[in-house]
Amino acid sequence: MVALLLLLLVPACGGPQSALDPAGLEAERIGSFFLFMVLGAATIWALLMGTAILAILRRPGRHTERFANTLIIGGGVIFPTIGLAALLTVGLRSLPDWSGSPADLRIHVHGEQFWWRVAYERGDERIVSANEIHLPAGEPVEFVLTTADVIHSFWMPAIGGKMDMMPGRVNRLILTPTTPGIYRGACAEFCGPSHALMAFAIVVHPPGEFDDWLVAETSPASNSAETEGRRLFLANGCAACHRIGGIVELGEVGPDLTHVGSRRTLAAGTAPMSRQALTDWITDPQALKPGAGMPAYTMLPEEEILAIADFLLSLE
Amino acid sequence: MTSVSRDGHGPDPQDDPAIRRAQEERLARVWEQPKGWRYWTAVNNSEVGLWYIVTSFAFMLFAGVLGLLIRAQLARPDGDLLSAELYNQVFTLHGTAMMFLFGVPIFEAVAILLLPALLGARDLPFPRLSAFGFWCFLLGGLFVCGSIFFDAAPNSGWFMYPPLSIDQGGIGAEIWLLGLSFIEVASIAAAVELIVGVLKCRPPGMHLNLTPLYGWYVLIVGGMIVFAFPPLIAGDFLFELEKAFDWPFFDASRGGDPLLWQHLFWIFGHPEVYIIFLPSIALLAMIVPTFAQRPIAGYSWVVLSAIGTGFISFGLWAHHMYTTGMPSISLGFFSAASEAVVIPTGIQIFVFIATLMMGRVIRSVPMLFALGALMIFVAGGLTGVMIAVAPFDFQGHDSYFIVAHLHYTLFGGMVFPLMAGFYYYFPLAFGKLLSRRLGIIAFWLLFVGFNVTFLPMHLTGLLGMPRRVFTYPQNLGWEIPNLVSSLGAIVIAAGFATVILDVIRTLRNPATAPRNPWNAGTVEWMLEMPPKPWGARTIPHIESRYPIWDAPDFLARYDAGRFYLPDAEEGKRETIVTSVLDADPVQCLRVPGPGLMPIVAAVALAAMFFLATFHLWTLTVLAGFVALGAILWWLWTGTALPPEKPVKEIGLGERVPIYMAGPQSVGWWAMFITMTADLVAYLSLVFSYFFFWTIHTDFPPADAAGPGWAGPLAAGLLFVLAWGLTLAARKLNDRAHIGATRVCLGAGILAGAVGIAALIAGPALTGLDATHHAYPAIVWALVVWIVAHAGIGLVSQGFCLAGHIRGRLTSDHDADIWNTTLYWHFLLFTALVTTLVIGGFPLVA
Repeated sequence: MVALLLLLLVPACGGPQSALDPAGLEAERIGSFFLFMVLGAATIWALLMGTAILAILRRPGRHTERFANTLIIGGGVIFPTIGLAALLTVGLRSLPDWSGSPADLRIHVHGEQFWWRVAYERGDERIVSANEIHLPAGEPVEFVLTTADVIHSFWMPAIGGKMDMMPGRVNRLILTPTTPGIYRGACAEFCGPSHALMAFAIVVHPPGEFDDWLVAETSPASNSAETEGRRLFLANGCAACHRIGGIVELGEVGPDLTHVGSRRTLAAGTAPMSRQALTDWITDPQALKPGAGMPAYTMLPEEEILAIADFLLSLE
Repeated sequence: MTSVSRDGHGPDPQDDPAIRRAQEERLARVWEQPKGWRYWTAVNNSEVGLWYIVTSFAFMLFAGVLGLLIRAQLARPDGDLLSAELYNQVFTLHGTAMMFLFGVPIFEAVAILLLPALLGARDLPFPRLSAFGFWCFLLGGLFVCGSIFFDAAPNSGWFMYPPLSIDQGGIGAEIWLLGLSFIEVASIAAAVELIVGVLKCRPPGMHLNLTPLYGWYVLIVGGMIVFAFPPLIAGDFLFELEKAFDWPFFDASRGGDPLLWQHLFWIFGHPEVYIIFLPSIALLAMIVPTFAQRPIAGYSWVVLSAIGTGFISFGLWAHHMYTTGMPSISLGFFSAASEAVVIPTGIQIFVFIATLMMGRVIRSVPMLFALGALMIFVAGGLTGVMIAVAPFDFQGHDSYFIVAHLHYTLFGGMVFPLMAGFYYYFPLAFGKLLSRRLGIIAFWLLFVGFNVTFLPMHLTGLLGMPRRVFTYPQNLGWEIPNLVSSLGAIVIAAGFATVILDVIRTLRNPATAPRNPWNAGTVEWMLEMPPKPWGARTIPHIESRYPIWDAPDFLARYDAGRFYLPDAEEGKRETIVTSVLDADPVQCLRVPGPGLMPIVAAVALAAMFFLATFHLWTLTVLAGFVALGAILWWLWTGTALPPEKPVKEIGLGERVPIYMAGPQSVGWWAMFITMTADLVAYLSLVFSYFFFWTIHTDFPPADAAGPGWAGPLAAGLLFVLAWGLTLAARKLNDRAHIGATRVCLGAGILAGAVGIAALIAGPALTGLDATHHAYPAIVWALVVWIVAHAGIGLVSQGFCLAGHIRGRLTSDHDADIWNTTLYWHFLLFTALVTTLVIGGFPLVA
C-alpha cells in the first residue's frame, strides 16, 4: 500500500527540501536504500494480508497442530531472522565513518533560537556568515555542529541525513553534495516558538565556482558609501548585535550582515529577501517570527526603516 | 456431580432453590453499590473500571480534538488559525494526553474492569487502591488538560527535552512534570494491583499455564510498568529540582547534560510503546479464538513471545536518539536490537493467523476491527523496521515520516484492537449488543479516515517536512499531502462520532443480549448478563483454558453456585487468594467496601502536586500531611484487620484462613512490587551519578568539597541499626515478647531519625552548594531521596508501634510489621548504596 502510493507519487517527489530528490551522495544512498526497503515491505505486507484474508474467507482446512507450528516458526521466527539480518547487513554498511576527517572544507554551524551562525574554515581561513550554506559540488564537507541555548538539529534532506546540535557537545557530519542547485534545509528538533521558521537556503556551487564565492564572501562589505541608511544603522545601535565586516565589528549577538543583501531569505528562511520583507522585519520582528531575539523598532519613522533596509540590501 | 455436597457429606444445600435465593440476596446486599452522592465512594472493580474507561476515553476525545486543531492549522501553507505559542501547546498536549491520559490508563481501566471476570474473582485484591489510582488519574488529567484554557499548557513537546523545557517561561513544564508524576503514581498503583491480581487471585485450579492470555499480558505489562515508569519518575524528580531550585542536572554550562534526560525519558518511553501495544494485542488473543471457534493455536508461543517483547523493549530506547551524535558501534547495536523485537511480535501475529486458518471463522464487527488492526499495525511495523536502521533514520527522524509511523503502530496496535475489544466486551458489561450495521460503518470510517490522514504523511516527511512545525511555506510540495491528511482527519472524527452515537443509542435500549452472545469458551462469559453487583455468582474451579467449551455442565454448576464461596454468610465482601503457580486456595480474602478515604487521599495528594507547581511550599507541605494522614487512617481502619474467626469453609471441602501475613499474603506482594518500582527509580538516580562520571574527565570535580566520608558512614551504620531493630521487633513480636517488641520499635525510630540527621550533616557541613554544579546537585538529590524514604520508614515503625499498643498488631496478626520490615530491607539497601556512592566513590575516583 505504502509503496503503491509512493510509486504513484514519484512525479511529486521533487522539491528543494526533498529526501527523495537527492543532490548529495549520502541522500542518494539513503534514497535508493529506502526504495529497496519499500518494495520489500510492500511485498511482505501484501503476502501477510493475503494470508490473513484467505484464512478468514476460506472454508476451514484440515490443518494440524503441526501445520500451525510450522507457520508460526516459519513466518514468525525463520523468515524475519533471515530478512532482518540481510537488511542490517545492507543498511549498516552505509553507517557514516566519522574517524578522521577527509574533508578539506569545514563548516561550523552553531544553532541559535532561531537562526544559524555559520563559519567556513579552509586552511587557516575562517569566514563568518549566517543563515545560508554554500557548498562545492563533488567535495566532501565536514560540518561541525554546536549550540549553546537549546537542542537544534541540522537537516539538509536533499544532501543527506540530519544531526542534532547539543549544548555542551560537538557533533560532526560529513556530507558530499553532488548536484549544483539551490536547496532548502531546516531545523528538525523542536526548539521553541519559531522552530517552524528556522530554515536556510543551501547553494551547491558547480565545481570551481565555490572558491570564487568564498573569496567574495571573505571580502568586506561591498557598499562602503556613507549613506543615510548606514548612518541610521549605526545611530540606532543595530551594530551592538550585528557585525558588518569592514564597516562595524562590535556585536556578535545577531546574525552577521556583511553580505546580507545577497542572501536569498530573511530571518533564517522566514521570508524571501526583499525591501518589503526587511522593512516589516525591522519594524516588528515578532510579527514575522514569534520569540525572535531582535527587538521591535516600531518607534522609528517609516522612511528611516526604509533607508536602513536599502542599506542592508546594498550589502551584497 | 450435582449431588456431591459442598463439604462432601450429606445432601447438597445448593440443590435447594430457596437456599440459593437466600444466598443471592445476601450476596446482593453485601455487594450493593452506595446510592446518591455516596455512589462515588464505591471502590469495586465494576464501578471503578467503568469510570476509568469513560474518563480515559474522554481524555482521548479531548486529545483528538487537539489533533483536529493541528490538522486544521496545517491544512494550508502559512496557516494562521493558531498562534505559534498556542500551536506548540496544542501539539504538546495532544501527545501528552494520548500517551499518558489514554494509552496507558485505558489499559489499566480495561484490566481493572475485566480481570476479575477473566479470573472468576469477585474483585481485585486492593479495591481502594484502584479507586485511589482512578481519582489521582482524573484529577491529574484535568489539571494537565485544563491548563490549556489558561494559556498555561506545557509547550515543549511531550518528551520535554531540556534545556528548552527549562528555559521556556511559564509553568507549563511544571504542570507537565507534576501532573504526570502524579499519574505515574496512579499507573504504578494499578500495576501493583493487576500483578497481584493475576498472581494471587486466579480461581482455584487455574494453574499458571491455564491463565487466560489476557491475564498473561496484564502480568507482563504490569511488570513492564514497574520497571519502565520509575526511570521517568526519577527524571521528573531531577527535572523539578532543576526547574524549581536551579540544580543544574541538565545544564551543560554547569556540568550537567541534556542527554541525561533523553536517556531517562526513553528508557521509559520505549517500553511505554509496548506497554500500550501489548494489552491491546491481549484483547485480540481473547477475540480471535472465539471467532475462530477453537482454542488459540500456540498458547505457549504467545506467552513466550509476549515476555520476549517485554524484555527486548527495554533494550531499544536509544533508537530515539540516533541523531544525537552516538558512536557508530552504538548505532549498530541499537539498530540490531530494534530489529530483534520484530521476531516476538511476528510470532504473535502468526499465531493469530494460524488460529484463524485452523478454525471456522465467524465474521463479526470485532473481527473486522481485528483485521483492520492487523493491516495498519503491520504497515507501521514495516516502517518501524526501516527507521530502526540508523542511516535511514537520519533522514526520517523528527520528520512527518515518524508521525506517520507512530500513528500506524499506535492506531493499528492499540486503537483498532481496543475497538475490537470494545465491541466484543460491551455486552458483558451492559447486557446489550452494539449495532452490527453501525459498527461496520464506524469501522470503514475509521479505517479509511485513518489511512487517508496518515498514509500521505510518509511522503510529507520524506519531502522534508519536520515535525512540530506550526506552519510551513508554499512551493515545497507539501500542500497537497497536508490537505489530504486534514480531510482524512475529519473522516476519523466521523468514525468516532458513529461509535459514540451507537453507544448512546444502545444504552437507552433494554438489555436483550443473550448470555455469552459470541459463544466464547473463556471463563468471563459464564457471568450473568446484564452483570450482577457481586460479579461471579460462585468462584469456579478451573480445569481448562476454555471451560465453557470443554466442560458441558460448567455453566449449570456455576448457576447453581456449586463452586466456591456461593454465599456471604458473615456479610463481608470476599474473594479467594490462591497460590502463585498451582492456584491452590490459600486464603479467603476480605475486600473492603465503599469508603471515602481513597478520594480524600487523592484530593490531598493532588493538592500537594498542584500547589508545588505554583511553588507555594508551605501549603504543599500542609497538603502532604493531609494526604499522609488520610492514607494512615485508611490503613489503620481498613487493612490487616483481625477477623472474627481464623479459618473459613469456602466450599468443595476447602477450609482456608481469613488472615494472612508475610510472603503468603497479598499485602506483602504489593509491598514487594511497589518497592521494586521504587528501587528502579532510585537506581536511575545512581545511574545519573555515574552518567556524569562517564561524560566528565574529572568527576567528582577536583575542586568540589564532596560530602566527606564521616557523615555518610555514620548514617550508614545508624540505618543498619534501625533496620536490625525493626527486624528484631518482628521476631520478638512473633514470640509474643510484648515489651521487647515495643522497645525495639521505639529504638529503631530513634536510630533512623539520627541516621537521617547524619546523612544530611555530611553535605551540609562541607557546604555543598547544589546550584553550583551537577556534582553537588546529584549528591544532594540522592540524599533527599533517602531522607524522604527514611521518613516514611519511621512513620511505618511508628504505625507498628501504635498498632502494637492498641492491639491491632499481635503475634498472630502481624502483617503490618512484616510489611514494615520488607520496606526496611529495601530502605537499608538504598541507604547503604547511597552512602557508598556519595561518601566512598570520591575516595576511589
